[in-house]
Amino acid sequence: MANKMRVVAKLAGDVTTVKALVKHPMDTGQVKDKKTGELIPAHFIQEVTCEHNGKVVLSALWGVAISKDPYLSFRFKGAKAGDKFTLSWVDNKGQHESAETVIE
Amino acid sequence: MTDMKRRTLLKGTLALGALGMAFSAGLLTPRAALAAWPKDAFDAKTVDDALKSLFGSTQLEGSDKIVFKQLPEIAENGAVVPVSVEVAMDGVESISILAEKNATPLTSSYTLGAATEPFVATRIKLGKTTSVIAVVKAGGKLYSAGKEVKVTIGGCGG
Repeated sequence: MANKMRVVAKLAGDVTTVKALVKHPMDTGQVKDKKTGELIPAHFIQEVTCEHNGKVVLSALWGVAISKDPYLSFRFKGAKAGDKFTLSWVDNKGQHESAETVIE
Repeated sequence: MTDMKRRTLLKGTLALGALGMAFSAGLLTPRAALAAWPKDAFDAKTVDDALKSLFGSTQLEGSDKIVFKQLPEIAENGAVVPVSVEVAMDGVESISILAEKNATPLTSSYTLGAATEPFVATRIKLGKTTSVIAVVKAGGKLYSAGKEVKVTIGGCGG
């Protein structure tokens, strides 16, 4: 599961812009496998937690309508260059991953 | 009496122990165990039911302070539709994005920290031509804005 996520947190003035790209199938459970004709079970990220120096700055709840290999961007204030930023997610199968980056 | 108490105490300790073991065995991650993913809201078949489940209310006040900075008028591929919502209000607590005609309209909901700007961007799937609705909670009230997106190839079926 390593290196499947790309997270960038860039500081401009007082505002940090976060851009994240996660690798995940985000299967809706409504699509049939073309070979077997059977439904591909739902498999999607449900919660994303973004932390700046251990404090939650954004928590996202996702459903099946978030596109495959999800993209997320948002902005927050109060960070300094060199601060720690962490993004972690957990999906409906209990799989989870997190990535840590340094605010540039 | 003392025996009874000891029994309860023992039971409690055993239960805690089992939970502790589940945690350490990785069966339950703390995050998954505490998850409050609102299944009912995401399973809801209508915008109203999703809102009722998520906020306990369907009372929305239309607002021109909620802007779709990004959201195409025509989406050629419904599987990947970029959307970003920016809100020119103070005290925004959460931003939720719904697609009215999707089988389950609620796509996602974002709770903002105190230092987080009222802006969020992602990419969503749209099954067919639909109105995309942003619902913003600020100061305990719900505000909304909508925009119609024409979908030429749907993104929710096989």
